[in-house]
Amino acid sequence: MIVLCGIAIVIIGFALRFNPLVVVTLAAIATGLSAGFDLVKVIGLVGKAFVDNRFIAIAWLVLPVIGLLERGGLRERARSLIGKLSGATAGGLLIAYLGIRQLTAMLGLTAMGGAVPMVRPLIAPMVEAAAERQTEVDSALRQELRAHAAATDNIGLFFGEDVFIAIGSILLVVGFLGQNHISVAPLDVAIWALPTAVIAFVIHAMRLRLLDRRLAQRKVKA
Amino acid sequence: MIGLDAVYILTGVMFAAFAISHGFDTSNKRRWRSTTFWGIFAILLMAGSWLPDFLSGVLVLAMVGVAALGLAPGKDTTSDDATRAASAGRLGNKLFVAALAIPVVTMAGTLLLPHLLVHGAPLFAAKHVTLVSLALGAVTGLLLALRLTGAPGHFATAEGRRLADSIGWATVLPQMLAALGGIFAAAGVGAVVATLANNTIPMTQPFVVVIVYTIGMALFTIIMGNAFAAFPVMTAGIGLPLIVGKFGGDPVVMSALGMLSGFCGTPMTPMAANFNIVPAAVLELTDRNAVIKVQIPTALMLLGVNTLIMIFFVYR
Repeated sequence: MIVLCGIAIVIIGFALRFNPLVVVTLAAIATGLSAGFDLVKVIGLVGKAFVDNRFIAIAWLVLPVIGLLERGGLRERARSLIGKLSGATAGGLLIAYLGIRQLTAMLGLTAMGGAVPMVRPLIAPMVEAAAERQTEVDSALRQELRAHAAATDNIGLFFGEDVFIAIGSILLVVGFLGQNHISVAPLDVAIWALPTAVIAFVIHAMRLRLLDRRLAQRKVKA
Repeated sequence: MIGLDAVYILTGVMFAAFAISHGFDTSNKRRWRSTTFWGIFAILLMAGSWLPDFLSGVLVLAMVGVAALGLAPGKDTTSDDATRAASAGRLGNKLFVAALAIPVVTMAGTLLLPHLLVHGAPLFAAKHVTLVSLALGAVTGLLLALRLTGAPGHFATAEGRRLADSIGWATVLPQMLAALGGIFAAAGVGAVVATLANNTIPMTQPFVVVIVYTIGMALFTIIMGNAFAAFPVMTAGIGLPLIVGKFGGDPVVMSALGMLSGFCGTPMTPMAANFNIVPAAVLELTDRNAVIKVQIPTALMLLGVNTLIMIFFVYR
């Protein structure tokens, strides 16, 4: 039971809005100590696990590219492009992006999106520009639109990638069942992700339509 | 075969350049905090494969310690709004070419690199192909961006550092959470949680077990920040012995929808920092949980959908 103290530290630390990096580090050390490892071993475990997960950091290699292109006016260009498309709405744009993100993820192209290379320089400025034609965009609404752009990127990825047979989650399922003497093909598992993928698109697209309707109603009020 | 070390060194060199650039930034009184933070991260990336575990751990703790004091972003030297608007008009859609080169090269690399053979053996291991392709995409994008904007090379460091500063400590949080997951596994946290669930909820009805399993997957994912960590625990603890063993459910339907129920937990938790906290920082949102708040309604509805699909189809 006492090994659960790390979970308690995380929940309390996040609730009290302490720096998450510090909270997570303390939780890791507390969990290791409560499992009976000595401090040197726990610090070693933290170091090894951090180094073993360096692959996560490779995605940051795009930072200089995006920074340079922003300096060159990429976000401004993305905005003016949407300005020319008179029918585009914030919700409509995000629905189109949701569909593209899901379809490319289903083909295994999970790298075709993401907050740094896609949402910040392209999707968010386009959505903001479209919304500015629908209503007056104050700072709070701008933040909400950006959050919607990031959320759509995530939903499209999560409920698209599981349909692809060579993705980590499917391989984990196949491997785990194999260890338990149940032999299945990746495709058998992936096919059962398809209904959820379709319904995810429908549900999220409906919410984005509601966002458009809310933007339209704001205009009437103003 | 070429491993990932070359890519780790490349990534490390980039963060080392950010650290050095902070070190020379005399306008920033607290520049040593930023230099130390990004410098340690760079060392861990470049030398991690060869450092003893304990030394890596000490470096991680030192880096977190500096972050706890508060990082000091350097002065922003990017162009002003008017210059950017003029530049956007001048460069036009060529800007998109450089931006989209990243995903296009990544995609092409993912498809082509597995066929790159040297003496009949693949040059890169299959599991590394996506990450190597991503690095190739970033390098291609950088060369195109430098050529297109005509900016001198050191601007790449300055602009990259500007973005890294705006993201701050959230840059290393996903890796730290993965480390926490490793410690949880080593300490046996999952087994304790599964036993607790089994002992507290009466599971005599087939549909009740499905509900406990799907909601358990989502909750456990919320705690761990990762459906992959939740899946083996919940499936070994509840799924296989009860849904499959006791009530004769289909293990394929159960596993597929169980994993997807975990995916419904991911959008609802700050522990999935890579997807939820990092984008909030990248998009400069004042509320760290703004992305999570937008995602919760979709995630909850989908959790209900997954549970219903499993109830109707797992026992067919």
